[in-house]
Amino acid sequence: MMLWFTLLAIGAITYAIRLSCITFFSRVDIPSTVLSILRFVPVVVLTAIIVPQLFLVNNVVTLSPENPRWIAGIIATIVAWRTHNVLLTIAVGMVALWILQIVLRYL
Amino acid sequence: MTKRTEFFTGLKDVLPILLGVAPTGMIYGASAIGASITPVMTQAMSSIVFAGAAQFVTVQLIAAAIPAGIIILTAGVLNLRHALYSASLAPYLKRLNLFWQLVLAYVLTDEAYALAIIHYRQDGESRHRHWYFLGAGVGLWATWQMCTALGILLGTHIPASWSLDFTLPLTFIALVIPALKQRADALAAVVAGVVALLAVRLPLNSGLLVATCIGIVTGMVMEARRRKRFIAHDIQKEETQP
Repeated sequence: MMLWFTLLAIGAITYAIRLSCITFFSRVDIPSTVLSILRFVPVVVLTAIIVPQLFLVNNVVTLSPENPRWIAGIIATIVAWRTHNVLLTIAVGMVALWILQIVLRYL
Repeated sequence: MTKRTEFFTGLKDVLPILLGVAPTGMIYGASAIGASITPVMTQAMSSIVFAGAAQFVTVQLIAAAIPAGIIILTAGVLNLRHALYSASLAPYLKRLNLFWQLVLAYVLTDEAYALAIIHYRQDGESRHRHWYFLGAGVGLWATWQMCTALGILLGTHIPASWSLDFTLPLTFIALVIPALKQRADALAAVVAGVVALLAVRLPLNSGLLVATCIGIVTGMVMEARRRKRFIAHDIQKEETQP
């Protein structure tokens, strides 16, 4: 029961967050300082989510062969930079990870 | 473009991103079942919350028997970035009636935002761009529900060794890199990444928020400097002209 309440609360809060600015800022113009902040938000937030997932194992930065994800991530970054192609980036990134995992298992 | 064209273009453009979202949805479904959450609740979360990263974190916290209040707070902090997505899209959604705003707000995820904002910023006069946003959002939502269900059914049959959860960071990389247009963006991202690593032990996942704030400040400082250089350069040019 408590679990359902938790889920509904998270859902309600998430929806409220998503809706709040859309309805609020449709009535009020956004000040230019706020606009310059907003410009950086998606890039900054997504990077802050990605980077720990690439470099951390159990909350510790791990560059050893136990963790090939950061290398696969760099390869994917290069592909994304050169091609701007979402499909290619994901495909190459996954293949790179698999190859690295196989190679490192047999080293 | 007509409403129909906008809608189907949105659907078409979201397809590559679905490549990353689909496995993530399946992994979410499987991991929730693995954490002893019921199938009904697992599926329900995908429509009640509809936010991949938050759903993953919530499952882990439930499995660790963390108190409900803390789970709610953590998920809330994690999803605060959607306020910024919402605010940056608001100017484009001003004209829409409340119903549209309610629906589009519901499908506002990272991926939908990325597509929508690029599409809205294009030159041109289309008055139906919200249909594009809807198309992308519907594609994402339907895929997310189906893949959650698949994950619930397949559960332990998806081998962890396939590392399908890696598609989530890969999707984000594919979204972020093309968006780094100036030095200020790139530096802001690098700083945010480094801070996120350093701040990982902060409670309640607030490391994400700290990294975001410091990254944004970095970006704004760089941008302010760039503007000053431009102005200084212009003044110089004027002074050297006869």
